[in-house]
Amino acid sequence: MAEFLSLHDAVARYVQDGSTVAMEGFTHLIPFAAGHEVIRQKKRDLTLIRMTPDLIYDQLIGAGCARKVIFSWGGNPGVGSLHRLRDAVEKGWPHPVEILEHSHAAMACAFEAGAAGLPMAVLRGYIGSELPSVNEQIRFIECPFTGERLAAVPSVRPDTSIVHAQKADRHGNVLIEGIVGVQKEAVLAASQSIITVEEIVDELDTHPNACVLPSWAIDAIAVAEKGALPSYTHGYYERDNRFYKKWDEIARDRDTFTQWLNDHVLNSAESAGGQV
Amino acid sequence: MGSEYTNSEMMTVTAARALENGTTCFVGIGLPSEAANLARLTHAPDVVLIYESGTLQTKPDILPLSIGDGELSDSALTTVAVPEMFRYWLQGGKVDVGFLGTAQIDRFANLNTTLIGDYREPKVRLPGGGGAPEIATSAGEVFITLKHSKRALVKDVDFITTVGFGRDGKARDGVPNIGRGPSRVITDLCVMKPDAETRELVVVSLHPGVTREDVVEATGWEIRFAEQLETTPVPDENELSILRELKARTERAHSGQQE
Repeated sequence: MAEFLSLHDAVARYVQDGSTVAMEGFTHLIPFAAGHEVIRQKKRDLTLIRMTPDLIYDQLIGAGCARKVIFSWGGNPGVGSLHRLRDAVEKGWPHPVEILEHSHAAMACAFEAGAAGLPMAVLRGYIGSELPSVNEQIRFIECPFTGERLAAVPSVRPDTSIVHAQKADRHGNVLIEGIVGVQKEAVLAASQSIITVEEIVDELDTHPNACVLPSWAIDAIAVAEKGALPSYTHGYYERDNRFYKKWDEIARDRDTFTQWLNDHVLNSAESAGGQV
Repeated sequence: MGSEYTNSEMMTVTAARALENGTTCFVGIGLPSEAANLARLTHAPDVVLIYESGTLQTKPDILPLSIGDGELSDSALTTVAVPEMFRYWLQGGKVDVGFLGTAQIDRFANLNTTLIGDYREPKVRLPGGGGAPEIATSAGEVFITLKHSKRALVKDVDFITTVGFGRDGKARDGVPNIGRGPSRVITDLCVMKPDAETRELVVVSLHPGVTREDVVEATGWEIRFAEQLETTPVPDENELSILRELKARTERAHSGQQE
């Protein structure tokens, strides 16, 4: 059964130095509040998995939490580069970070295979791409029935997955609505999971085919109001596109970034996405 | 004639016209999204737009800044999980056209969105593959749109993130269950198509006012021109006004998000 914890206690219990952590949410429902708590607790040597590192991993990387990043598209959507990711990869600041990159299709399949308890995912992928030459985790197999050459990647099995959702009921069942990304797969693929929610309600008030994660499939639930900002929560608040644009200036320079991190994360209480 | 328009508008309108009504199109963010939505708002009201965030048959009123903006989900027929999007809808063969942008493209229409320089010591690190590597092979065909420059159109890309026709033009030969690949490349100067035999990109149409020299000057390889070189039709008033309204709405929404 899911346990209701404070965000501080959930992160302290389920994220250890050296852990493999997936904080998912495809543009939507990115668990920024949880990411900031990980930064505040100064977790180190994390292997961070996310299809789109987005600002949340840019912040974790710049704060020195990451040792390795596994991803499939590492930009600031519609704006440009993730400058902290680039600085770590190109210049080793604040320390070198190893990267392992995939395509979206392969990562989505790898999360799904993880949720399904399989060791690997098979897809018709990477044909003609040079990504397999720089990522030894991309291999090829022959279909035993047709002989077709198909790509294989290891499944994603994080120690801990963290996602944000609209709401939980008092039993700890969680509803995710809108763009659902790979959140359900991330939670089911992980050994442990934390879900932050906007609110706790008496009834989820949902329909039969909704994306619901049952309480017994979750370890911890923490309330984090506006916990996805500057990303968004469908039905609650919109994406703060202005902040995504502003991040380009903040993250471009090490000093400006460090100042921002001090002001809005490290010296701030449990924050809603580090907004001003 | 008589309408004033920019090179960028010429590119977007030409890219939009490439999409036929009723086509199912997997849309990349940025220029492809702008063109695909212009098509939907003009000659192709029944075009089906799919974005990798899982939004099926979406009709955004403003252009999304990110691939997963709420606008895409709000205006979609339905929203599916990302694994379903890639496995059932793309890999399953339900997409006619993949519409992509890129940082670099080479003469065999291979795309590089990974990095400039050497992989272990990149000069410039780019975002990476995203959905493109499989969109380019699973979609029936691929349209590519980008701004024309010598830095972007190179003889050989530094890294093949997404295959066009490979380093030798033959990467798709004999591969089962693979799409036709890039069928046209639309820039702000011209339209290119792959040569039927060599697969090397050839200019088939110059935009009005653009010379062969302009294209040669802005291309990183010895670009060839089709024997019957055409002039791209100019945008009409309706296309231009709808495009400008779309961009103005988008600009207003993205700058005043919280109002």
